[in-house]
Amino acid sequence: MSSHTLPAPGDTHGHDDHGHHDPNLQHHFVEMAQQFDTAKLGMWLFLATEILMFGGLFVGFGLQQAKFPEAFKAAHHHLDRTMGALNTVVLLISSFTMVLAVWAAQTGRRKVLITNLALTLVCAGTFLVVKYFEYSHKIHDGLLPGKFFHYAQGQPNEYIFFSFYFMMTGLHGSHVILGMGAITWLLIRAIKGDFGPGYYTPVDLVGLFWHLVDLIWIYLFPLLYLIG
Amino acid sequence: MATTSTPVTHHGGHHAAHASFLEDPQHRGLMSWLTTVDHKRIGLMYLWSVLTAFLLGGLFALALRLELLTPKEDFMTAETYNKVFTLHGAVMVFLFIIPAIPAALGNFVLPLMLGAKDVAFPRLNLASYYVYMTGAIMALTAILTGGIDTGWTFYTPYSTTTGGAVTLMTFSVFVLGFSSIFTGINFVATVHKLRAPGMGWFDLPLFVWGTYATAIIQVLATPVLAITLLLLAFERMFQIGIFDAKLGGDPVLFQHFFWFYSHPAVYIMILPGMAIISEIIPTFSKKHIFGYRAIAFSSVAIALISFIVWGHHMFTSGQSQLAAVIFSFLTFLVAIPSGIKVFNWVATMYRGSIALDTPMLYAISFLLLFTIGGLTGIFLGALSVDIHLHDTYFIVAHFHYVMMGGTVIAFLAGVHYWWPKMFGRMYNETWARIGCILVFFGFNITFLNQFAMGAKGMPRRYYSYLDQFQGNHIGSTVGSWVLALGLFIAAGVLLASLRKKYDAPDNPWGSKTMEWETQSPPITHNFPNNPVMQHGPYDYNAPSVRREA
Repeated sequence: MSSHTLPAPGDTHGHDDHGHHDPNLQHHFVEMAQQFDTAKLGMWLFLATEILMFGGLFVGFGLQQAKFPEAFKAAHHHLDRTMGALNTVVLLISSFTMVLAVWAAQTGRRKVLITNLALTLVCAGTFLVVKYFEYSHKIHDGLLPGKFFHYAQGQPNEYIFFSFYFMMTGLHGSHVILGMGAITWLLIRAIKGDFGPGYYTPVDLVGLFWHLVDLIWIYLFPLLYLIG
Repeated sequence: MATTSTPVTHHGGHHAAHASFLEDPQHRGLMSWLTTVDHKRIGLMYLWSVLTAFLLGGLFALALRLELLTPKEDFMTAETYNKVFTLHGAVMVFLFIIPAIPAALGNFVLPLMLGAKDVAFPRLNLASYYVYMTGAIMALTAILTGGIDTGWTFYTPYSTTTGGAVTLMTFSVFVLGFSSIFTGINFVATVHKLRAPGMGWFDLPLFVWGTYATAIIQVLATPVLAITLLLLAFERMFQIGIFDAKLGGDPVLFQHFFWFYSHPAVYIMILPGMAIISEIIPTFSKKHIFGYRAIAFSSVAIALISFIVWGHHMFTSGQSQLAAVIFSFLTFLVAIPSGIKVFNWVATMYRGSIALDTPMLYAISFLLLFTIGGLTGIFLGALSVDIHLHDTYFIVAHFHYVMMGGTVIAFLAGVHYWWPKMFGRMYNETWARIGCILVFFGFNITFLNQFAMGAKGMPRRYYSYLDQFQGNHIGSTVGSWVLALGLFIAAGVLLASLRKKYDAPDNPWGSKTMEWETQSPPITHNFPNNPVMQHGPYDYNAPSVRREA
């Protein structure tokens, strides 16, 4: 699962003893390349857990949608397609800037790295602001489940659609916030000059995480906003 | 990879001059333990924690058995009884059995077996311990502030409507799941990336194969439990209705989700137990393991099959007949890799030079008890039989034969096996054997009675019962006392050994796996040099023949 498309950090040192003096090499690894591959494998495993966790919601949604197709179709008209599409574009752009950030770290372009991490943060923030407007509109309409639900028109099982809508987008939104925290941490380290061709593991890993957050939204958008 | 490695030297029984990880002068005091990233210290912290949970869960079990001595209410009301059996189950499953072998013994042994200096992500390993402790404290708080009476399965709709601290307990199990995931990720990465030079996949000790298969399940199944419990908690707090039929939800969906995790979780519990047995039987038979690849692949097969049999928990929950039939046949598949393992272990013992030290006694107990537990599982996987036996003591006896007769006995075998390596002390062999024999007989008296009364129709989870079952209940309760006596003797024997000076040789059992090549207890960095694979983990037949490194 490790990436072989680019030289792993540390490979530039060859196999001489020089690599052992890298301050980023932990004691239980022989060389930087091994450490990088291990970290990346760990990240992929973590992403697998994320997919399975969201998978539960996707399966539940699919089953309920099959049971109440009309109610789900009626309910999804409350969602604002324009805002959803806007957020999709915003997240796609953020994935692009994240890729540029990883590339900049690998090639030692510190300023490009800082700029692109900051742009990614701006996109993530924009996503949350749009989401905030969407949520407040729905809460105003009384579509938040539980005791807040007071939307009387429509079909009885629209309720369950909004339960899934808020659980799925809420869980996704919390991942966006987590990702923003991680990118901020990268930004601080990038300003300090911690990353370069010899060591960019954290940028690579957070990049992977961010792409997953993006990818989940790519599935959520048609699933929730584009029914029928 | 072999560029920087030098071969490890075999030292004999004498101790190297290095300080062990237990009293490393550079890592002294309580803080050095609480902030350690050494897999051995984290393993020991896990060991003491899971043993505490085992004691707590065991005391709940003794209280339950005492209440069941007579058919009437003795000292627990029905509500108290419900809470106590829930706590027994939840504490034993989530705080003891799931972390017991991987996080406690596996953490200690796995890197040593690979010739590695540590697990792949040492800080994640420490985080996993603190996440576990957080979950444990939340569980204790839930117990003290209202308790839970849902059973460890938290079935809806009861779990969304009953009082007590169900929400907190749900979050506690959610948190505990993360600790399990962290351990799983760590072990998979460690096995892939940190094997000693020259150690291929088929040179791995079978303990590593077993823990690897377990780690795969931990990584792939636990997230589904996480989302299930999250939904359950939100259901209770905000009435989101996903499991509530009144609001359009589906209560059976909860069962599907729950068992999609919890059936694989049963194999999270048993696979590491099997892994320990695969080490102990060749060591104490002084013979190469029979069918190495068959055992290795059967671990992976069990892990894979575990994901497609969850429906056999729901034969009476209203799933379709067709689904029930398919799940029934898929369930029978589990018997194949399990049987492969048992036959291979027995074949390993055949004409071996068997030494009946305590770990081997436990391993033989495991063979007998696990076989009974496994075969009764076949009964329960058969649809018509299951309709009769569902929710009776037969089920209780079956899973205790697998979980306790299998996993816990294997855990005890492993603790006795690696105790000299972990603490550098030999325990009193005679008393340890007496403990083992009492555990074996106590266990059988307790649970054979439950098979009998379950087959006669005694339902599970009742605090009172018809008079006709009292004979079996008395037998079961008396058995639980014998079992407890055996366990307390085992604990006493092991703890007493800690008062001695170091007296364990590096390799007291004459094993061939790599963890025995370093000193007992090991130094902080595990091996004085980077070890290189020189012989297979079970090369008892030709000890003088060295593999090409």
